[in-house]
Amino acid sequence: MSVTTPDELPKGRPLALKLGRDDLMMRGFILVIALYLIITLAFPLYAMLSKAFSAFHFDLSQIELQVSDAEGNFDGTILSAAALNEKLGTIPEDEIATSSDGRLGLTPLFPDFSFRSPVLYKIRGTTDDTVYLVGSDRITGTEWREVDSNTFRRIVLRPVKSVGLSNFTTYFSTPSLFRSIENSLFISIISTIVTVSLAFGFAYALSRSCMRLKGVFRLIAMAPILVPSLLPGIALVYLFGNQGMLKEVMMGESIYGPYGIVMGSVFFTFPHAFIIITTALAISDARLYEAAVSLRASAWKTFWTVTIPGARYGLISAAFVVFNLVITDFGLPKVIGGQYNMLAVDIYKQVIGQQNFEMGAVVSVVLLMPAFIAFAVDRQVQKKQVALLSARSVVFEPKPDRKFDRICFAYCSLIAIFIVGILAVCQFAALVKFWPYDLSLSLKNYNFDVMDGGGWEAYGNSIKLGLLTAFFGTIVVFIGAYMVDKTRSFRTGRGLFQFLAMLPMAIPGMVLGLAYIFFFNDPANPLNFLYGSMAILVIVTITHFYTVSHLTAVTALKQMDGEFESVAASLKQPFYKLFARVTVPVCMPSILDIAIYLFVNAMTTVSAVVFLYSTDTALASIAVLNMDDAGDVAPAAAMGMMIFYTNAAARIIHLAVSKGILKRTQAWRRR
Amino acid sequence: MVQIKKLTLATVAGLFVANSVMATELTVYTAVEAEDLKRYAEEFNKAHPDIKINWVRDSTGIVTAKLLAEKNNPQADVIWGLAATSLLLMKSEGMLEPYAPKGVEKLDKKFVDKSTPPTWTGMDAWVASVCFNTVEGEKLGLKAPTSWKDLTKPEYKGHVIMPNPNSSGTGFLDVSSWLQMFGEEGGWEYMDALHENIARYTHSGSKPCKLAAAGEIPIGISFAFRGAKSKAEGAPLDIIVPEEGVGWDMEATAIVAGTPNMEAAKTLVDWTVTKEANVMYNTGYAVVAYPGVAKPVEFFPENLLEKMIDNDFEYAANNRKAILEEWQKRYDSKSEAKS
Amino acid sequence: MPTEATLEKNTGEAQPWDAYLQIENLWKAFGDFIALRDISLSISEGEFVCFLGPSGCGKTTLLRAIAGLDIQTRGAIEQAGKDISNLPPAERDFGIVFQSYALFPNLTIERNISFGLENAGLSKAAISARVKELLELVGLPDQGKKYPAQLSGGQQQRIALARAIAMSPGLLLLDEPLSALDAKVRVHLRHEVKDLQRKLGVTTIMVTHDQEEALSMADRIVVMNHGVIEQIGTPTDIYREPETLFVADFIGEMNKLSATVSGPGRVKIGSKEFVASGNGFSEGEDVIAAIRPEDIIPHGDTTTEHMAEPENAITCRITEMEFLGSFWRCRLESETLGSTELIADYSINAVRRLELAANKDLVIEIPSNRLKVFPRPTDEI
Repeated sequence: MSVTTPDELPKGRPLALKLGRDDLMMRGFILVIALYLIITLAFPLYAMLSKAFSAFHFDLSQIELQVSDAEGNFDGTILSAAALNEKLGTIPEDEIATSSDGRLGLTPLFPDFSFRSPVLYKIRGTTDDTVYLVGSDRITGTEWREVDSNTFRRIVLRPVKSVGLSNFTTYFSTPSLFRSIENSLFISIISTIVTVSLAFGFAYALSRSCMRLKGVFRLIAMAPILVPSLLPGIALVYLFGNQGMLKEVMMGESIYGPYGIVMGSVFFTFPHAFIIITTALAISDARLYEAAVSLRASAWKTFWTVTIPGARYGLISAAFVVFNLVITDFGLPKVIGGQYNMLAVDIYKQVIGQQNFEMGAVVSVVLLMPAFIAFAVDRQVQKKQVALLSARSVVFEPKPDRKFDRICFAYCSLIAIFIVGILAVCQFAALVKFWPYDLSLSLKNYNFDVMDGGGWEAYGNSIKLGLLTAFFGTIVVFIGAYMVDKTRSFRTGRGLFQFLAMLPMAIPGMVLGLAYIFFFNDPANPLNFLYGSMAILVIVTITHFYTVSHLTAVTALKQMDGEFESVAASLKQPFYKLFARVTVPVCMPSILDIAIYLFVNAMTTVSAVVFLYSTDTALASIAVLNMDDAGDVAPAAAMGMMIFYTNAAARIIHLAVSKGILKRTQAWRRR
Repeated sequence: MVQIKKLTLATVAGLFVANSVMATELTVYTAVEAEDLKRYAEEFNKAHPDIKINWVRDSTGIVTAKLLAEKNNPQADVIWGLAATSLLLMKSEGMLEPYAPKGVEKLDKKFVDKSTPPTWTGMDAWVASVCFNTVEGEKLGLKAPTSWKDLTKPEYKGHVIMPNPNSSGTGFLDVSSWLQMFGEEGGWEYMDALHENIARYTHSGSKPCKLAAAGEIPIGISFAFRGAKSKAEGAPLDIIVPEEGVGWDMEATAIVAGTPNMEAAKTLVDWTVTKEANVMYNTGYAVVAYPGVAKPVEFFPENLLEKMIDNDFEYAANNRKAILEEWQKRYDSKSEAKS
Repeated sequence: MPTEATLEKNTGEAQPWDAYLQIENLWKAFGDFIALRDISLSISEGEFVCFLGPSGCGKTTLLRAIAGLDIQTRGAIEQAGKDISNLPPAERDFGIVFQSYALFPNLTIERNISFGLENAGLSKAAISARVKELLELVGLPDQGKKYPAQLSGGQQQRIALARAIAMSPGLLLLDEPLSALDAKVRVHLRHEVKDLQRKLGVTTIMVTHDQEEALSMADRIVVMNHGVIEQIGTPTDIYREPETLFVADFIGEMNKLSATVSGPGRVKIGSKEFVASGNGFSEGEDVIAAIRPEDIIPHGDTTTEHMAEPENAITCRITEMEFLGSFWRCRLESETLGSTELIADYSINAVRRLELAANKDLVIEIPSNRLKVFPRPTDEI
C-alpha cells in the first residue's frame, strides 16, 4: 500500500537555484546583448514613434498686434492674433497645423491690408520665447516692434511643437501621400505573384527533373542576392529606357514606373523565394508520388493534389517574404519608379527632400503595418512547415523524362538568361564610354573619385563595413543565441531576448535608419558621439539583419546535444570552456554562414544606412544610389558591379575557408 | 628702434598664435561638388596653413537636413558652399552667427545677406538652364526651345524632364523663379501647362541634364554648370537660357552659431570673400560674387548673367513650405493618376 | 574532488551521515502540472538504485533534481551530510551519463575523458595516466585517438561512463544509459556497468523504464508512477511482494482478476471462494486478486485424482499454447471464473511431464500465499 500523499503543493515560494558563477555570467551576457538590442532597436523605434506624434502648429495666441490709422497714429487697442482669426476665420485650421519648417504670414488677419498703405503695425510676442521672423531675421521677446505695411507683410510666424495626431491627419488628407499605400500594396502583390510563380517553376524544374546544368542554374538563381536591389533598375534603364537596347519590347510604355519596379523586384527577390520553395519541395514525400502513380493519377492531377499541397507552406512563406522585401525596398523604386510613389521612397523624399522628419516618421509608421503583418504570418507558417518536415521521410528522386526535362531546361534557361542578362547589361554599361553616342570601351566610368557619391573610398568603406559587421555581428549574434538557448530558467529575460531578436525582421531598413537619426542624433543622448561614425553603420547593419542570423545560430545550436552543458557542469567545467572547445568548433559552418550573410548584406544594403552615412563613411551601395541620382548612371552600374564581384569573391573565399576549416577542425565528421 | 621692436614682438606673437592655431581643425559642411573640394582646401591652406578643413559633403538636401537635425547640437563650425535658401532657413532658426567678413563690402550686394551684420555671404550663382540634346531633338524633329513658354507646346509632350522641387533644390529654384516671373497665378498656370509635357520628375537637379546628355530624354531642365560639364564630356547638348529669364540660387558661406573655433571660422570666412577665392569659384561657376573677377567658362551660355532674375530669396524661403505643398497637391497626385 | 587517481573501492569507514543521499518531501511542479509529489527517499553509500516507471512518471525529473539540472519546487536534498537543495550542478558532486551519450563530437575520446580533469590540478602525465586507466577500465584501451562518431553506440556509452567517473564523483547518475542500444549490447553492458559500479563502490542512481534492466542491475528499485513512489525495495521484494496493483502489473506478467472480499483472507472470484494473502479489506469490498503466471501450479488433467481436493484448486481448459523459447505460455479458461482468462507459464519440462496441450482440461492450484489482493481502482471496470 502506498502511503497516501497530499494532493496540493505545500504553500511557500518555489525553490530557486543558487546561482553559480556560470549562471551569473550567462545571465550577464543575455542582459548585455538584450541591452544592446534595446538600445539599438527598441529605443530608436520609440524615438521614431514619438516623432510621428510630435506635431507642429502656429500659435496665434502668442502674438499681439496694434494697427494705426492712415496717419500712422495708434489708438492703443491691442489685438490678439488668435482672437482676430477666431472672428475672421481667414486662417483655416489646416493651415494652422503645419510641419517644422512651416511659415505663416499675418496679412490674412487684415482683409484690407495693402503693402502700399501708410498704415503702421505694432507687433509683440506674449511670452519671452515667442519667435517671429521679419524677413529672415529672428525676433524674440515681448517688446513692441513698429513696422510699416511693406515690412508687415514680411513678418511670418514659426511653428511651435506639440503632441498629437495632426501629422496623421495631414498624411491621410494628402492624396499624393496616402496613395502611396495603395501603390506599394499593388506593386508588392503583383511582384509577389510573379516572383513566387517563376521561382516555383524554377525550383520545381530543379528538384523534379533530370535536366543538365542544375548546379549552374542554382548558382545563377542565387546571384541577385549579391547585388544591391537598385542595380536591376539601372540595367532596366539600359534595356528598356528611351535609349534602351530593347525599348521596342515596351511598346511605348514607360519603364519608369510600375513595370520597372515589378521587373526589378522580381529580379532581386527571386533568390529568396527560390530558396524557400526549394526547401519546401525537398521535404515532400516520395511515397505520395508513388501512391499517385499506382492510382494512375494524371501528372496534372498529381501536381495539384500532391505537389502543391506539399509545398503550400513554402509557397505562403515565400510569398510573404517577397511581399515584405518589395514593400520595404527603397533603392529600386527610387531608381526606376519615376512618378510612381511608394512608401519607402516617400520616407526618403520627406526626410531628405523636405526635411520633414515628422512626416517621415508618420510614413514609417504606416510602412511598419504591412511589414509587421507579413512578418507575423510568415513566422506562423514557418512553424507549421517545421512540423511538416519532421513528419516526412522518403526523399523524392526524379526519373529522367526526355520531354519534361527539355521543357524544364528551356524554362530554367530563360530565367537564367534574364538574371545573367541583367548583370551583363550592367557590366556592359559600366564599360561603355558614353551610351548611346560613343560605344567604345573604356574604364572612365570607374573613375569614381571625380563623381558624387564618395569615390573609391566609398568602396573601401563598404568592405570595411562588411568585415566589421561580419566580425562583430557574428560574435554578438552567436553569443546571444547561445545564451538564450542554454541559460537555465530565467524565463522572462530569455522571452524578452527572443522577442527583441525576432523584431528586426519586421522593421524596414528605412524605418530603422530614420529611427536611428531620431535616437542617436539627439544631443541629450550620451551615445550621440556614434552618430556619423562607422560604428553606427555597423550597429544598424547588425541590427537590421539580426533575425536571420539569430535563427541560423539557434538552428545550429538546437542540433547539438542539449546535455553538453549538463555534462560540463557535472565535470565542474565553466560554460565558456565548453563554448570555446566544443560549441564553436561544432557550429563553425553555421558561424561562417552568418558571417558571409552579414558581409554580403552589409555590402548591398541601402535602406538602413542611407540616413546614417557621413562623408567619411560613404558606402559603395549608397554611391550607386547617389551616382544614379546625379545622373551618372554608368558609373553607378560600374560600382554596382564592383559590389557584385566583391560579394562573389567573398562567397568563394567563404566556400574555401569553410571547406578548409571543415577539413581541419571537423575531422570528427568523417567516419 | 621702437618700431623694430614692435615688429619683432608682433612677429613673435604672430608665430606663437600661428603655432597655437596649428592644431585648429574646422568642420565644414558643404554641398560643393566633390571634385572641387580638394582644390578649395588647397587654395585656402596656401594662405592659412594653420587651419585644417574637415569636409562633410553631401547633396544640398542632405546637408540641409543634417544641419537642421543638429540644430541643438551643431557639429559644424562653418558652412561653405550651401544654397542660400537653405542658409535662410537656418538663419530663421537662429543657427547662424552674424559676421561681416573683412572685405565683404567689395562683393556684389546681391550676394550678401541684407541684415547687419550679415549672417551669410554668397560665393557664386548657380543658374537654371535647359539642356537640349540636339541628336535626339533631330531624330524626333524637335526644334530647340528658346523660352520657358516654348516648353509648354504640345510638340514637346513627354520629352521634358525636370527635377521634383520637393526633393531637389534646383527644382525648387525653377518653381520659385516661375512664380516670381509670371506672378503667383501665372506661375501655377504655366506649371499646369508644363506638367502636361513632363515625362517625369527626377529626385536630383543634375539628373535631367545628364539624362538629356545620354539621350534618355531630349530636354532636361537643370542648371547651366551641369550642362556645360556634360557638353565638355562630349554630349551633344545645347545649353539654352530661356529668354524670360532664369532662376538662380547661390552657394553661400556662414559661421555656425556656437562654434568653439570662432577665430578660425572667421579666418576662413574672411578668406572665402577674397578675390583669390572668387577666382577659384570661377573655374566651375560663370557668375561669382566678386565683381569683375568672372571669366567666361567653357560651354557656358554667354547671355546667362543678364538673364538671371532679381531673385527674392526671402520670398522663396518664407513661402517654401506653402509652394511645395501646392506643387505636391497639383502634380504629385495628378501624375500618379495617369499611370 | 579527487586529489589523486584512485579507483579503489570505498573502504566503508563510518561516516557522520545516516544515508548518503537523503531526499525529503520533494515536489516538482511545471506550471499546474505536478511532476513529483512529496517524494522522500534515502540511499546508502555504495548502493545501486534504479528509478523505474513508465514514461512520464517523474523518474527523470527526480534524477535531474538530484543533479541540480532542474531544481525541485519544494523539498530538500542532502548529499553526504550536506544540504545541496539549491546548489547549481557545478557545485554538486556527481557524474552523469545520458541516453544520447552526449560525447563532444569534435574532441577525441581521450580529450572527452580528460575534459573535466584538465583544470583539477593534475599534471599532464597524471591526466594521461588517468585517461589510460579509465579506457582500460571500460575495456577500450586502444580507442583514445578516435572521434566519438568512429565508435559504435555501445563503445560510445562506455566512453561516456568513463568520462562520468573520471573525477571520482560521489554519485553516479545514469539517465536511461542503455535505452538507445541494440538488445544484445544492452544486456552485455548491463553487466559491465554493474561490475564497474561494484568495483568502484560509487553510489549510483539509474533511471530506466526497462524492468529487466532494473531487476538485474539494482540493489534497490524505486518504482514510480504519476509522480509518486509506489514502492521501494530489492528486486525480489518488488517482484515477489508488490505493494500496489501498479507495481504488480508494471513488473512482470500478472493475472488480474476481479474479486470480492468474502471474509478474512478470503476472496470470491467468479463463483468460487479462494484463500488469499492481503489484509485490511472489509467484507464485500470489490478488489483485484492478482497472481503471476508462473505461480499457478498445474496438477495434470482431471482424471488423475491422486490428491485430495487442494486448496484454491480449479479445473480449467487450455485454449491456446504459445511457445516462448524457454517456456510455454498457456491460456486457460474455467467456468468457475466466468469469462476471465488466466495465463500460466510452464517450463518445457512440466509441459512434457503433464502432457499439456491445447483443448485439454487441467486442474490448477492458485497458492494462497501468491494470490495477492489489492484495492480495486475506481476507474477500472
